[in-house]
Amino acid sequence: MAENKSKENAERVGTVGETGALRRGSKKAKYELRLYVAGQTPKSLTAIANLKKICEEHLRGQYHIEVIDLLKNPQLAQGDQILAIPTLVRKLPEPIKKIIGDLSSTERVLVGLDVRPPIP
Amino acid sequence: MAEKPAADQEPSLPQLPKSPTGISGFDQITEGGVPRGRPTLVCGGPGSGKTLFSMEFLVKGAVEYGEPGVFVAFEERPEELTKNVASLGFDLADLAARKKLLLDHVHIERSELEVTGEYDLEGFFVRLGYLIDSIGAKRIVIDTLEALFASLPNEAILRAELRRLFRWLKGRGMTAMITAERGLDEATLTRHGLEEYVSDCVILLDHRVSGQISTRRLRIVKYRGSYHGTNEYPFLIERQGISILPISAVELRHHVSTDRVSSGISRLDTMLAGGYYRGSSILISGTAGSGKSSFASSFAAAACRSGERCLYFAFEESEPQIKRNMAAIGLDLGAWTGQGLLRFEAARPTVYGLEMHLVRMHAAIEAFQPAAVVMDPISNMTAMGNPREVNAMLSRLIDFLKEKGITSVFTTLAHPESTEETEVAISSLIDTWLLLRTVEMSGERNRTLFILKSRGMAHSNQVREFLITDRGIELTNVYIGEGLVFTGSAREAQEAKDRAEALARRQEIEQRRRAHERQRRLIESQIATLQTQLDQEEEDLKMALAQMELRDKARSVSNRRQEELRRADAVDERAGSTGRGRGKEKHHG
Repeated sequence: MAENKSKENAERVGTVGETGALRRGSKKAKYELRLYVAGQTPKSLTAIANLKKICEEHLRGQYHIEVIDLLKNPQLAQGDQILAIPTLVRKLPEPIKKIIGDLSSTERVLVGLDVRPPIP
Repeated sequence: MAEKPAADQEPSLPQLPKSPTGISGFDQITEGGVPRGRPTLVCGGPGSGKTLFSMEFLVKGAVEYGEPGVFVAFEERPEELTKNVASLGFDLADLAARKKLLLDHVHIERSELEVTGEYDLEGFFVRLGYLIDSIGAKRIVIDTLEALFASLPNEAILRAELRRLFRWLKGRGMTAMITAERGLDEATLTRHGLEEYVSDCVILLDHRVSGQISTRRLRIVKYRGSYHGTNEYPFLIERQGISILPISAVELRHHVSTDRVSSGISRLDTMLAGGYYRGSSILISGTAGSGKSSFASSFAAAACRSGERCLYFAFEESEPQIKRNMAAIGLDLGAWTGQGLLRFEAARPTVYGLEMHLVRMHAAIEAFQPAAVVMDPISNMTAMGNPREVNAMLSRLIDFLKEKGITSVFTTLAHPESTEETEVAISSLIDTWLLLRTVEMSGERNRTLFILKSRGMAHSNQVREFLITDRGIELTNVYIGEGLVFTGSAREAQEAKDRAEALARRQEIEQRRRAHERQRRLIESQIATLQTQLDQEEEDLKMALAQMELRDKARSVSNRRQEELRRADAVDERAGSTGRGRGKEKHHG
């Protein structure tokens, strides 16, 4: 079951730029995440890879990732107030959280997602 | 980068392409507007009008120049913006519906943000690009870009990205206006040094408060490759938007009239060879209590009497107070307000700032359409700002009045020791200047009037005394003596003295005449006496001569008779005997 899920998630991460096609099973996910990128830049690819790794290690089975390429869907930048690229948006659980950058620090990402309390 | 950066600043450059802002006055100062296809930085402190300035640039661009625009707001939400600028007559909702203007609100909550690793602002670029493309925008405003510094960490990345943003905007040929918060110290224009990226045009807006009164100013700090006014220009936020006061740009092309309007004081009209010119500006300056308001009210009443409307701006007294005071000198202003010919606008100058006053006055004049305007007194305006600004405001106002052909009377309080210096600043704007003074002489103060100048008319050069009577202002007769104009009781004394002297002179003449008459009669009688004497003399002489003749005759008769009796000589001999005898003696001797 858990393996299935992670496989599914992995697939979704792979579908960069596809939106709205991920309704199936998403309601069950505790962490609803959206990663905004602009084209396949090195920074974007690093962020995607980092996010995948972190989620698999710490949130296995509880997450759902949607990758949005603003070059393909520029109108989506407005809704989530995206300026910086890459930006990871935690849509769920509320409140909305944003993490910008290439997600190179696992610690900071976990703090940003409220998975772990802030480092003192 | 098709365009070469205008860094060389060669004066021989062809005129830089410019985009008119449509902001009244600004396009005159800059000879055409902001640089086309380049970013312009608008900096200023909080509340200095940056948002309005840039919004008007967009709205006018969309409405008047057919250039759609995008407004990216970091601080205000679209609904708020729409509401805020509605008061200036900008209907953003309508413009948005017609795809002429897009409002976008960029909002970043620092608290919900975490940063890990490198990032760029591509998301912002994409967003701007999308907005621009969706309406084919030519103009864009980013208000206030510096909010990014507060929202996003890593200044180094931000700076690099901002540099890229300006290049990107230029590359897309956008005429952009970027607003920025003024630096905390006077040396820096913007808090985060944005001026270093925008090198084409930098505008500084200022909102200073001095003496609890605020005034707005605009200065063009830099404008590459273009001439521009370098002064600080006061500006107003009026009902029709921002209005800058470029005094130098004022075109002196009013329609001038040779019509005369009465000053309300007949003898003053005579001194002015017929009254004030219609559409001219009249300054009445004087010390406290010298009768300025009475002159102004006389003018107002005269205008109403001839069936014209008059607007009275009272900055010192309330309407009922003025009416009461003027009723005491026989001017029934209440009757004119009742007929709708006279209207009062009373407000303390300190209630509003300088620009608000101008706005109010413009609005009142536009609404009432008067032929005459009274402002009593304008010296109170100095409470609203420094003399330069007041001067700028007044020149603007006088220009406006002249353009409309409105005859305007201003009163101003002059301090006794600086009667003619204080208003030097505005004197050049004034056509006719009456100076009221109180002259202290022999323990009383009396009022005098003098026409300091009156353009284009032969006017009297006489200092006149006037009285404020219950029938209005009356100019008295002139009494001059010992180089002074006599006033008040001194004048009366002089009049009495003159009368006494005249009487004395008449009496003296009479006396002299009588004395002469007496003398004449005396002399005449003397002449008569002498004549009588002379006649007597002549009579006597005649008588004496006659007697002597008779005597002679008598003697010769008696001689002959003796000779005849003696018969001693021949008649011939006897006749010459005496002579011969003497001759003989001579001969012998």
